[in-house]
Amino acid sequence: MSGAIKPYGDTLGDGKVQLSFTLPIEWSESADEAARQLVVKMGFSDVAVAEGRRIANGFSFFVVYASTPVTVDASLIGAPSAAHAMSMEEIDALVRERIGRKVRVAGACIGTDAHTVGIDAILNMKGYKGDYGLERYKEFETFNLGSQISVEQLVRFTKENAIDAILASQVVTQKGSDIANFTALGELLEAEGLRDDVLLIAGGPRVTNLLATELGYDAGFGRNTLPSDVAAFIAQRLAERVPA
Amino acid sequence: MELAIDGGIVTDARRLASAIAAPVETFIRAHSTVAVERAVARLLDVDGVDSDEVPLANLFLERVGSERRRLGSAAWLGALVAETGRTPREVAGEVAAGRLPIETAEGVPKEAARAALEPHVRRGLERVAARRDERLRLLARLPQGPAPLLYVIVASGNIYEDRTAAVAAAEAGAQIIAVIRSTGQSLLDYVPYGATTEGFGGTYATQENFRIMREALDAVSERLERYVMLTNYASGLCMPEIAAIAALERLDMLLNDSMYGILFRDINMKRTFIDQHFSRMLNAYAGIIINTGEDNYLTTADAVEQAPAVLASQFINEEFAHRAGMPDAQIGLGDAYEIDPDLEDGFLFAVAQAQLARQIFPAAPLKYMPPTKHMTGDIFKGHLIDALFNLTSVMTGQTIHLCGMPTEAIHTPFLGDRALSLENARYVMNTARHFGGEIGFKPDGIVERRAQTVLREAHALLERIASAGLMNAIEARYFADVSRPPDGGRGAEGVFERAPGYWNPFEEALAPLGSAAP
Repeated sequence: MSGAIKPYGDTLGDGKVQLSFTLPIEWSESADEAARQLVVKMGFSDVAVAEGRRIANGFSFFVVYASTPVTVDASLIGAPSAAHAMSMEEIDALVRERIGRKVRVAGACIGTDAHTVGIDAILNMKGYKGDYGLERYKEFETFNLGSQISVEQLVRFTKENAIDAILASQVVTQKGSDIANFTALGELLEAEGLRDDVLLIAGGPRVTNLLATELGYDAGFGRNTLPSDVAAFIAQRLAERVPA
Repeated sequence: MELAIDGGIVTDARRLASAIAAPVETFIRAHSTVAVERAVARLLDVDGVDSDEVPLANLFLERVGSERRRLGSAAWLGALVAETGRTPREVAGEVAAGRLPIETAEGVPKEAARAALEPHVRRGLERVAARRDERLRLLARLPQGPAPLLYVIVASGNIYEDRTAAVAAAEAGAQIIAVIRSTGQSLLDYVPYGATTEGFGGTYATQENFRIMREALDAVSERLERYVMLTNYASGLCMPEIAAIAALERLDMLLNDSMYGILFRDINMKRTFIDQHFSRMLNAYAGIIINTGEDNYLTTADAVEQAPAVLASQFINEEFAHRAGMPDAQIGLGDAYEIDPDLEDGFLFAVAQAQLARQIFPAAPLKYMPPTKHMTGDIFKGHLIDALFNLTSVMTGQTIHLCGMPTEAIHTPFLGDRALSLENARYVMNTARHFGGEIGFKPDGIVERRAQTVLREAHALLERIASAGLMNAIEARYFADVSRPPDGGRGAEGVFERAPGYWNPFEEALAPLGSAAP
């Protein structure tokens, strides 16, 4: 697929999008017009306010359809993907044959984040969507440190337990706390001289591989990640590091 | 619509829950914690912070020290009040500042200390009772509207933004507002102070924040002519202190589970059991409805598999609440709509579980939690899943209904998200208001068989817990697949054995409630 593309409504090139938003004004017909003008100012054309109504004292909600004039060339975007898919058995076999010892993985929700749902889905024996968690792998030794682990604790644990891969999870993203915590972890590992000895992996619903690599991580895993995606990445990357 | 379930199993499950809780209660009665003692001090009006924002209650208890505290903070406050003729707050401040040595209290006769403190104890109880009675008058004058009561969360981190969001949500139909706490507050061993404008994933629970929100909701209640309830969290290391300040500021509900902190926050189990007991005694007296946290079993594991654990936990939470003097009408047992949307007949299983809880706990204001685990960035599908959750809730007569957000998996709710969510709930609940009363379950059908299986398995789980003992069962991963040792976890150092002569005047005053329940 190459060339410029736009959102598709019912005709190629119509550029149709739907928007919904709240404005901090009491609803009236002129509030609808304010919403329309706002969307025009965003650069859209054919702006239709499909719905406008009062949702609270001094607040109105709008549903708007509009056309965008801009395009993007999708063929120029190389989506970085972290690893190719493998089964648990294949991953265990790769570790046995190429690494020759158990891989040690530590996972934690760092900072004040208490939402372990992501890290648990990846590490717990049970796994997620029928894909077993890393605890189930014969060739992985996993340590789930749980929630609210400071970056200092995690780095100390890494050092004391000869960890090969760190999984840092962040669910709460309010006011950029996730980025701050991820960055702090990377910096402390650098400062301790451990960065090159471990695979550093970020995870969370708002994490992308692109974001993680920008932060200096080896990989990032976002929503819909299966435990075997993470395990395959760890095994493949560590295997690459073993001299042939 | 009624499920045919075996009442004999239900009765026996309650017997098992009682057998599980009894030895824990014996342990509770022989111990106390720093948080219980600070709550006692707060009820005696020991409020305020020093220049480093450390609460006076903490500073005082540190000065009392780990040996003296075994008599209870009230014993020392009473002795100092007797000795100086000043108020508990004044003497605590002097002790904290190092101007009044705690040794001053040594040798004051016990009777003199108790007599000196008695008017302050009475005043503390009267303050709580006054807020409780005020709530009753408001509810009589400004009825809340029908259950399921629509409950939404505000969580901006800034109490003033939260206030705007809460008022808007109330206007959009919310009957209960919960202010989510800043992530991490559960692990603070003190209660932050004053109005706060910075928090992550939520807003700090402070007495001043409670007051600000209560005042705003009282004003909107008058305007809408229906009482809007306020909820916060009595969980974590400061559970009883939060219960105390919530009672003073007329919060209406508190999340307060007997085991949640142990399993999901790695808080020491002894600390949690002791703290939940005194918290619940206060909640009982303050007329505060507790919400238990069974939804957490489902968000961390498969909902179909964990259904018996939810029911077993409901029995245990009910038993601990009764032992703290709570009447059924204040025990908001939890459940959640978390079944995988791809599972065939998943809706039937959800109805079975919700109806089962309704029949087993007929007088409890059941708390029903929305889907979270299977919510994705697809807000349209999420809105649809929430609609079926809303239908399940109104059909099965749930009482406290936490409205699901279409943007659950994306961000803390926008003002517009809350409005859409409330509209969804109001539409479904209005259009299907009396549906549950018009239909019956097919005898021995999918729903009924599912409910019977869950009940049987919950009973079997309770049997195993009873024979292991609750503390051992928690260590042996009977709950949520996590192991917590009795002496591990956060806050263990704040647990201590009561010395002979230990005194907690509030426990003494509220204890008779324990035998009156349910």
